[in-house]
Amino acid sequence: MRIRAQVAMVMNLDKCIGCHTCSVTCKQTWTNREGTEYVWFNNVETKPGIGYPKHYEDQDRWHGGWRLDGKGRLTLRSGGRVKRLARIFANPDLPSIDDYYEPVTFDKDILVSAPGGLSDTPVKRPYSALTGEPTAVEWGANWEDGLGGAHERADRDPNITRMPAEAAAKVRFEFEKTFMFHLPRICEHCLNPACVSACPSGAMYKREEDGIVLVDQNKCRGWRMCVSACPYKKVYVNHATGKAEKCTLCFPRIEAGQPTICSETCVGRLRYLGIVFYDEDAVLAAASVPDERDLLDAQRGVFLDPHDPAVQQAARDAGMPGEWIEAAKLSPVWRLISEYRIALPLHPEYRTLPMVWYVPPLSPVLDAAGAAGRDDTDADDVFHTIRDLRIPVEYLAELFTAGDADAAAGVLMKLAAMRSYMRARTLDGTVAQGLLDGIGMTAEQVESMYRLLAIAKYDERYVIPAAYSKDAAALEAQAATTGGCSLDCEGGPGMGGQAVGGSGPAAVERFHLVGGDDDVHAGRRGLVSRRPDGRIGLSVDPSRGRS
Amino acid sequence: MNTVVWIVLPYLCLAVFVGGHVWRWRHDQFGWTTHTSQLLESRILRLGSPLFHLGAFGVIGGHAMGLLVPASVTAALRIPEHLYHLTAVWGGTLTGAMLVAGLVLLIARRFADRRVRHTTTPMDKVLYAALAAMIALGMTATVAVNLLGHGYDYRETIAVWFRSVFWFSPRSDLMIGAPLVYQLHAVGGFLFLALWPFTRLVHVWSAPLAYLWRPYVVYRARRGLVPATPPAPAAVRETTLRTVGERSHG
Ligand code: SF4
Ligand code: SF4
Repeated sequence: MRIRAQVAMVMNLDKCIGCHTCSVTCKQTWTNREGTEYVWFNNVETKPGIGYPKHYEDQDRWHGGWRLDGKGRLTLRSGGRVKRLARIFANPDLPSIDDYYEPVTFDKDILVSAPGGLSDTPVKRPYSALTGEPTAVEWGANWEDGLGGAHERADRDPNITRMPAEAAAKVRFEFEKTFMFHLPRICEHCLNPACVSACPSGAMYKREEDGIVLVDQNKCRGWRMCVSACPYKKVYVNHATGKAEKCTLCFPRIEAGQPTICSETCVGRLRYLGIVFYDEDAVLAAASVPDERDLLDAQRGVFLDPHDPAVQQAARDAGMPGEWIEAAKLSPVWRLISEYRIALPLHPEYRTLPMVWYVPPLSPVLDAAGAAGRDDTDADDVFHTIRDLRIPVEYLAELFTAGDADAAAGVLMKLAAMRSYMRARTLDGTVAQGLLDGIGMTAEQVESMYRLLAIAKYDERYVIPAAYSKDAAALEAQAATTGGCSLDCEGGPGMGGQAVGGSGPAAVERFHLVGGDDDVHAGRRGLVSRRPDGRIGLSVDPSRGRS
Repeated sequence: MNTVVWIVLPYLCLAVFVGGHVWRWRHDQFGWTTHTSQLLESRILRLGSPLFHLGAFGVIGGHAMGLLVPASVTAALRIPEHLYHLTAVWGGTLTGAMLVAGLVLLIARRFADRRVRHTTTPMDKVLYAALAAMIALGMTATVAVNLLGHGYDYRETIAVWFRSVFWFSPRSDLMIGAPLVYQLHAVGGFLFLALWPFTRLVHVWSAPLAYLWRPYVVYRARRGLVPATPPAPAAVRETTLRTVGERSHG
């Protein structure tokens, strides 16, 4: 057993209102730069829908993720190492910018600079951010919002085309009435990341301490294999720098013990962040189980119970500080995934062992129960609806359980039972033992699950210990000599100034890039500048026209 | 004049080649990339890029064979002169044709596709022009002189001079009699080497062969400092409110 910790996320889809606050705040923080206009580390999709980029879930076309080869060994779906290197000159699986959308900007100046006395109101027009020419806006990251255009193309949603035919036929028939939900997506920070495994230069890596998957910008050589290998299409090419960029799980915030921007600003308060312990040696076997429908349980089996004294001892032996073990015990993510077993991974069949899990939405089912004249507060009626109404369940199964409808229905039943149980508990003060037996949970468990889903406060939703380092003492000594933050360089975004309220730099949120000696490129510098290592050098780069 | 062109210039270019790479490696890891534009255009690239790269491998291999392997070695290996000549001319013409076709496609793509044209940097234009000039001269030498013309035995002159540069006893006398296209191609070659480190061609040195035997998933320990624990959000809010209040009153 080799124990590792992973910072993971769970989203409760029932509570997502599709406001896109997460996407916008993420963009403002990370990707509001030239070259990343189309890059959405966080995006919110409406399901059913073809997603962003278009049809990204269709792995017959994009060859993302892993599959088992003829001998049952795990290989990247796009081929073995030699085949992949042979295709390095032109990657046949790379989406084009049109599969995302052509980014635009607007000539807003016209609104203020137009001459007076015009008979028509001046109108700003879209211009392509790639060519600078006028263009038409034809697609976007949330083009399908609220089922926009669904009558034309949602039946080409890869999840629907994969569903059993009779269930798929029902979807088309029913969904105008009942069926829609939002799916916020970030990088999954997978345990078996296809992007990392496909990167020819070894620039992508998974961090040992917290499992965050990152691209080393100084090592990336622009081979763009990660983009096509990621089945979730969460690595993007920055077309201005020619390098890959991806969701960083806001690692500077996580290191400081704070939630990611998307979580912090989520209006529905539906995101949970916490630590999960897992056994690195078990990852490969779990990703290689022959039957796709066993992948969910296989992945659950990789996680280690933080309440188990043997696991705690292993964590201590691995050098994890006590704070991390405490955090793992309190982790809302562990509770939702392994204790209550109501969170499910997105597309386990990609075999990357994703680490952003979802509590599937019950609301489409409740709506359908209501529409069918049933009582949506009666667990029995809801159970029946879940069973009869194969629409969302089959569909949710394609998304979260590799098509296993029973597994998906089981989770919905737990949610429905919790709802009815709490209703009886609150209104009549009765304990509905039958409901508890039906889902095999205790009253205490259901009530704490309810508390976590419904009213958990900030500190319960986000249990993130501050980063540790294996030899913190040595690094602290180094900090004393070099004077601290790697972002505190000239022009850097480091917050080396006064803390809020002027209480001294100790209270400043000190964020750190991996590699304290890496050059940080930020802002324009003079012709000659001092680098962080103390040497003086030319700072112009004749090889780049635009910088 | 001869000293300048056949002795000073090669060493100058080689110095820039080496020094340029050292400088770029130390200062510009961030700019060290293929600078892919496949995201913007992939239809022409899918044909042009493999043609260009495979052609380039052939041509580079051919140059290594012609320039670095002395005629005495092939003679010792009992490779008939005729066979050698045939391989060199036909191999050169074929891979050269691939290179030309690939380059034409890639340049056309730079012009034809508006998105790609827009991302093309001045340095890219210089690079494409240099490549085109070099390839034109090289193809003229191979096709016009050796395939269609009387032929020229560069192995006795140019190759010897080329090697002599690296033994630090340059034999400039050998180049005086060479045909003009060969002379231009040789000078151009050294100038091209001097240009190399400042272009996207540096990605050649990053050819990811290590990928073939590396473990799939790369783990890396977080380096850097342990962050100070930040104040709780509530505390930040309070102090912010207080300072804002003070400012607006003061
Ligand atoms: S979801 Fe993230 S970690 Fe997983 S393969 Fe894609 S980019 Fe890599
Ligand atoms: S901010 Fe929260 S509620 Fe709004 S779209 Fe994002 S995940 Fe959904």
